Amino acid sequence: MRKVYFDNAATTRVKDEVIEEMQKYYSELYGNPSSIYNFGQLAKKAVEKSRVKVARLLNSNPDEIYFTGGGSEADNWAIKGILSANEKKGNHIITTKIEHHAILHTCEYLEKKGAEVTYLDVDENGLVDIKQLEESIKDNTVLISIMFANNEIGTVQPIKEIGEIAKKHDIYFHTDAVQAVGNEVIDVKDMNIDLLSLSAHKIHGPKGVGALYIKKGTRIHNLIHGGAQEKNKRAGTENVPGIAGLGRAADIAYNNFDQKREKLIKLRDRLIEKIDKEIPECQLNGHREKRLPGNVNFSFKYIEGESLLLYLDMEGISASSGSACTSGSLDPSHVLMSIGLPHEIAHGSLRLSLSDYNTEEDVDYTVEKLINVVKRLRQMSPLYSKREE
Amino acid sequence: MYTEEVMDHFKNPRNVGEIKDADGVGEVGNAKCGDIMKIYLKIDEKDIITDVKFLTFGCGSAIASSSMATELIKGKSIDEAVALTNKAVVEALGGLPKAKVHCSVLAEQAVKSALYDYSQKTGKQIKGIENYKPEDPHEH
Repeated sequence: MRKVYFDNAATTRVKDEVIEEMQKYYSELYGNPSSIYNFGQLAKKAVEKSRVKVARLLNSNPDEIYFTGGGSEADNWAIKGILSANEKKGNHIITTKIEHHAILHTCEYLEKKGAEVTYLDVDENGLVDIKQLEESIKDNTVLISIMFANNEIGTVQPIKEIGEIAKKHDIYFHTDAVQAVGNEVIDVKDMNIDLLSLSAHKIHGPKGVGALYIKKGTRIHNLIHGGAQEKNKRAGTENVPGIAGLGRAADIAYNNFDQKREKLIKLRDRLIEKIDKEIPECQLNGHREKRLPGNVNFSFKYIEGESLLLYLDMEGISASSGSACTSGSLDPSHVLMSIGLPHEIAHGSLRLSLSDYNTEEDVDYTVEKLINVVKRLRQMSPLYSKREE
Repeated sequence: MYTEEVMDHFKNPRNVGEIKDADGVGEVGNAKCGDIMKIYLKIDEKDIITDVKFLTFGCGSAIASSSMATELIKGKSIDEAVALTNKAVVEALGGLPKAKVHCSVLAEQAVKSALYDYSQKTGKQIKGIENYKPEDPHEH
């Protein structure tokens, strides 16, 4: 049976070149970068080389990149660290209703500790309202945290405009760019970004490693205390193989940027157009143009997402859904609810996220199977039979 | 995540469809919560369920629970069908994840609703569901 992996927003295949790069730092150059002898310094060199590669992808200075244990740690650090270091100025955070849980649950935790949080609405396409953002700014606002691109519906926010507003009001601007890195043009200088989170395993690197970009001069406290690694800002012996892998993955993402984007957009649009044409009563979720190159998210009326995923899985297709049953709660995804979808439409959502390992054959095979699966589930659905009556 | 029995009933659900001239029809759940089950019964003069069909909007375990519940009451008397519990459905499926047990509750309720509808239509008293009203298992 054909295997189609269409869940690249969840995680990606590690590139062979990345594995090759990492291997060296497990079995040959396994020294501790903090050791002063040459063997340790060779490992240190690998870490610094990766820093340059990651910085290049964001147009930051290398010394503004701090390696972390992943995207969630970077998000936690940015929010908790900024709030803690800027208590004198205030304790108000502005974020959105469609952030990743690493942001939302961190903000909810801080609210319990006394912080004040504004959760901005988004429109039916998932875009934040710039006017509402500006109106939400108060004297005690210390941080604006708005994701670069949404993991579920792929909508890309007007980051440069947000950065300008933050700068104008002298407020730190953090963006969770876990989904955007390697897919969207990112320039932290031009976009006035003060902090940015990224994760290696979304760009064909290893799991368990990421980075936080912190603009020079930013007042931020540590999240992880301990040794003097990462210029005293993030303790713990460096995950050298992981960091080396992230560096290699960042390098590939930088070098193949245009080529990959072009390929993904072509595949994405083929997928969107085919589904739209072949399957009645479905709708695309997220912005049609301001959208990640590899994101497709549809809702199919009258059916539920988990059963859709399981039937697709039986055809060898791995995908994801925002239905309650797949989120482990009784409510469908907060993102789909925030763009105003009724419950039953949100329950019937399907996310297909692409990488450059995917092909046109994958797209055509998936659409062919999807047509049958949707038809089969609709034949089973009392909502569908009611509609026919 | 699911047992072999659940996957079997999900992949090849038994008794899918409608019965146009059903003697009893029961529908429970709502689209908001993500699962709706509708069960159709054909009952003969000896109060035996001669045919049963279902339509379900819901996750894998909702479809499997509906399928199993229909299998468990097919050919049975209405008294036996009234006695069907969600626990029996779960057991027959070899277990359900904790978060999915409400699917089996819905299946039990769909059967009871259909029997209640039958008793309303025919004026027959069925012991155990005289004043039946399904509760929403999501609210427990």
